[in-house]
Amino acid sequence: MTQLDDKARANILRAMVRIRVAEERISELYREQEMRCPTHLAIGQEAVPAGVSAALEPQDLVFSGHRSHGHYIAKGGDMGAMFAELYGRATGCAAGKGGSQHLIDLACGFMGAAPILSSTISVGVGAAWAAQLDGRREVSAIYFGDGATEEGAFHESLNFAAVLKLPVVFVCENNLYSVHSAMDCRQPDRPVSALGPAHGMPGVTVDGNDPDAVYAAAAEAAARARDGEGPSLIECMTYRWMEHCGPNDDIALGYRTAAELAEWKARDPIPPYAARIGADLDALMSEALAEADAAVAFAKSSPFPEPSELTRHVLPA
Amino acid sequence: MTERQIKFSEALREAQADMLEADPNVLLLGLGVPGPTGIFGTTSGLQERFGTHRVIDTPSSENAMTGVALGAAARGKRPIMVHMRVDFALLAIEPIVNQAAKWHYMYGGVMRAPLVIRMIVGRGWGQGPQHSQSLQSWFAHVPGLKVVMPARPLDAKGMIVSAVKDDAPVIVFEHRWLYNLSGPVPEVPVGRPLEGAEVLRPGRDVTIAATSYMVIEALRAAETLAGIGIEAEVIDLRCLTPIDAGTLKASLARTGRLVVADTAQEAFGVAAEVVSVACQHAFQHLKAPPEVVALPHVPTPTTPALADLFYPDARDIAAAALKATGAEKELPPAPEQGRKWKDTPDPSFTGPY
Repeated sequence: MTQLDDKARANILRAMVRIRVAEERISELYREQEMRCPTHLAIGQEAVPAGVSAALEPQDLVFSGHRSHGHYIAKGGDMGAMFAELYGRATGCAAGKGGSQHLIDLACGFMGAAPILSSTISVGVGAAWAAQLDGRREVSAIYFGDGATEEGAFHESLNFAAVLKLPVVFVCENNLYSVHSAMDCRQPDRPVSALGPAHGMPGVTVDGNDPDAVYAAAAEAAARARDGEGPSLIECMTYRWMEHCGPNDDIALGYRTAAELAEWKARDPIPPYAARIGADLDALMSEALAEADAAVAFAKSSPFPEPSELTRHVLPA
Repeated sequence: MTERQIKFSEALREAQADMLEADPNVLLLGLGVPGPTGIFGTTSGLQERFGTHRVIDTPSSENAMTGVALGAAARGKRPIMVHMRVDFALLAIEPIVNQAAKWHYMYGGVMRAPLVIRMIVGRGWGQGPQHSQSLQSWFAHVPGLKVVMPARPLDAKGMIVSAVKDDAPVIVFEHRWLYNLSGPVPEVPVGRPLEGAEVLRPGRDVTIAATSYMVIEALRAAETLAGIGIEAEVIDLRCLTPIDAGTLKASLARTGRLVVADTAQEAFGVAAEVVSVACQHAFQHLKAPPEVVALPHVPTPTTPALADLFYPDARDIAAAALKATGAEKELPPAPEQGRKWKDTPDPSFTGPY
């Protein structure tokens, strides 16, 4: 297994901090009601994309779902274009037509995101099929939540990827809840990763709040994919701190307890990792805040789309 | 100019072969595509010719395979997906409607989904409630999709050629009863437009605008009507996105009377849309209320005793046209068919598909 050097681990920490700070800015600014789109924050889950992206090459592709900011940032997505998209501006990564749920940045290989559970899983598999046909050593990393593993298209996608031995890394972020519904009323008592072997591929469950553990699993899966040995499924156990959709905490709803949230906050992936690698977390936070503020300023100073954009791009020209 | 005649199904096969030959990025996939019967012959021999990588059988996974095709399309491939029946494609509504139709628009124009989805409309020999639906209006309702309904071998070939070259997702509705009909088709792969209707038979008394197999019935109706001195103009609507208002208006300016014949249920369907377009664009020309010949609002029954009542035919179109003209004439007696049921396109068809 590839060992991470100090520089790589510093990059992982930096990615986690950039995601955390950007999402905290979204949470704060959302109350101004200028980001007028459903927005799903992944605060608490940053170790997954940071670890996965560390195992990916620039040419590799990423597909995502509704909770995608972290995946986008970790793969190298343009921060200003992301904020502009949330603010509905013409300079947004999807020209304002997608919003938080449809981030895209082809330049860095972030191939799109969609909120219908499991819907981008098959699309990522299709991109991997194209890579295999063209002989490119390119991996599709596909993020989805535990809820998506209940969809038929998830199983269909794993099945097909296994049949053709496609270069795919399936990354399940298991944060224990699909909206407000807990795992035990939705799935039997077995790990999601057990669905990997059921579909003819390795499946592993890792601590999704430990970026080194996520990285190790992703690096092994990516190497396997690149070597033509086929897809893998990685289940990352993690937890979202905020409400399913929106800028607040949601303990008052009663579907989960304050004690459970406190337990997971004590397992915050960021400070222990900074300590593990001896990094100056405060300096990184300041740097990330400056970046996020610049992105917000860019977004807020950008124009809204022209009226003519309403009917543009319904069909390709 | 070639006058080579080939069957509709052969035209489909030839178009796919030509496009697979012309562009190495073209892929062909679907359950049974390389199989022994080759989707009613429309894909026979193509895997042998173009290889197991580009022409593939798929798992029975209509949903994911549509997403797979979309993902491949996003990476430069031009997949053609085949569903043996429209009804099976319903398992793929999500990736078609939420994803393929929207990827260009919702990503601000940076994504393209050059995807062709062939859906076959079954009919007859008891295809019944889940093997015969003609749901073109569902897809035509969704912005971002192109929906076409070839009625002639010329269009079957040319529309597939154009659809493969088009950067939008194109859904091709193919009526099973057209497969054995022959017509002139050029040997070279010449594209046919994915927009616009076409007048197939000029006439001054009444316009019959029809889709897909109902074009064939409309042409038969026009023959019958000619026998009693009524000249019907027959329009092959061809493409649904959008309905060709210009051709419709020009025809109604000549005839002032409209009959619409569609392969689907009347309610909320293409026929209703055509009537709407006619009223909006040619109201001043209409001399009588538009007539519709389409399916009743019931599921397809299986027994021929009911299916024969369910499906309208040329005689119903002719009767509607006669009513629209207001002429005090009568249709000639229906010709003796010499067979008990009308649940096959012709007596040579002996099922089971």
